[in-house]
Amino acid sequence: MSEPSLEVAGLFFSYPDGHQALRGVDLHVHHGERVALLGPNGAGKTTLLLHLNGILRPDGGTVRVAGLDVSDEAAMEVRRRVGLVFQDPDDQLFMPTVGQDVAFGPANFGLVGAELEARVAAALGAVSMLDAIDRAPHHLSYGERRRVAIATVLAMMPEILVLDEPTSNLDPASRRELIDVLRALPITQLVVTHDLPFALELCPRALVMDEGSIVAGDDTVDVLSDEILMKAHRLELPYRFDPRGGTGR
Amino acid sequence: MHRLPPQVKVVALLVFVIAVVLMPREAFWAHALAGCLIAGVMILAELPAGFVARRMLVEVPILIFALLLPFFGQGPTTRVLGLTLSVEGLWGAWTIIAKATLGVGASVVVSATTTIPDIIRGLDRIRVPRVITAIAGFMVRYLDIVAGEFARRRVAMASRGYEPRWLWQGGPLAQSAGSLFIRSYERGERVHQAMVARGFTGRMPTYGDRPASLRQWVLGLSVSAVAVVLAVLSVTVIR
Repeated sequence: MSEPSLEVAGLFFSYPDGHQALRGVDLHVHHGERVALLGPNGAGKTTLLLHLNGILRPDGGTVRVAGLDVSDEAAMEVRRRVGLVFQDPDDQLFMPTVGQDVAFGPANFGLVGAELEARVAAALGAVSMLDAIDRAPHHLSYGERRRVAIATVLAMMPEILVLDEPTSNLDPASRRELIDVLRALPITQLVVTHDLPFALELCPRALVMDEGSIVAGDDTVDVLSDEILMKAHRLELPYRFDPRGGTGR
Repeated sequence: MHRLPPQVKVVALLVFVIAVVLMPREAFWAHALAGCLIAGVMILAELPAGFVARRMLVEVPILIFALLLPFFGQGPTTRVLGLTLSVEGLWGAWTIIAKATLGVGASVVVSATTTIPDIIRGLDRIRVPRVITAIAGFMVRYLDIVAGEFARRRVAMASRGYEPRWLWQGGPLAQSAGSLFIRSYERGERVHQAMVARGFTGRMPTYGDRPASLRQWVLGLSVSAVAVVLAVLSVTVIR
């Protein structure tokens, strides 16, 4: 197989208060794949994400992004390659206007002038938010802010897009728009979510994380159909939902 | 007026205010002409009168203070409409009212024709330190969110029967403000993480600011230039 977009091996991490959040995480995501990362609250999913671009540093183990080790020297390049979309768009959108916010990433990596403007327009176009370029983030709806947050990392042309709970707090129509946007993006994606139908619709493969390590990883339909596995890790499908019935891929 | 680059408007406002401040208090005519200038610009920018009046309300506390001066001023007095008023106090009141009104009027014109992000961009352009404009930008961005959080808390408190009327009932409100501070601090940490994730190294990048053309500078500063001429005339020739 080709070089994985993302390769995590034997990752350990404890917070300063002693809480061990990661206990040997192993996973890989191949180029062009869309992978769901499932698991109950407190499983260490968000902690894992913060390791993917070196914001947190592991106590042991390695993270490689397209063959590049996440290290102090490579921090900037890794951050360009890993597009991290945070759970709360209000944390992600901090500039006075949408356009300035989308430009923040690529400008930090040295892009200027017409090239920068073209990059901003392309990223906003990819999430159908180009009309909002001069608006203030707090004047947008929650769903629109979520899509702009995705544009802010797309503008860095990352190798892999990493999303933390992208459907949380969205109304059904905004959720549908988000799914359409993500499906249309020709980019490797790792998606942390509690929204199992969303995972099923978007991602052919799913990983289950619990108590700081990956406990299962398989075809999403098979993972969601495994009642014992699901119950053991506090995962539950919506009432009367049959993962085998709707393989919406 | 709406289309002028923000840096031009910010500089024009600054020059205008300085010119007005420099006008001697005896030069009623200069203040009146400066007032006509501002009114003219307001008409040119097609600002609705009601909108301007509402914005001008910020001046009210200053006006009240100014109106008290003639009654409490020291020194020689004079009689107006049967009231004994201090001469110095009258001059003080006139100066404050005239200059404050002109300054607030000019500010209303700029703020009504420029968005806040643009004003910050303009300040950036005229080399106000990036740290200050960045702080201003963050404040604008997050003020709504923090205020929204506080409003939701008040609703949650009221829903459980807490309706403070007197100062000594304010304890829970103060505690809530304290925890809001902690929450905002934590949000600051998350925002910083999001910035670092996108390659932030300590310097805010610029984006989308275009230099103003000479024509725009001339056009934008013309009103302020007239005010400067008025100020110079009132100081030197007429007085």
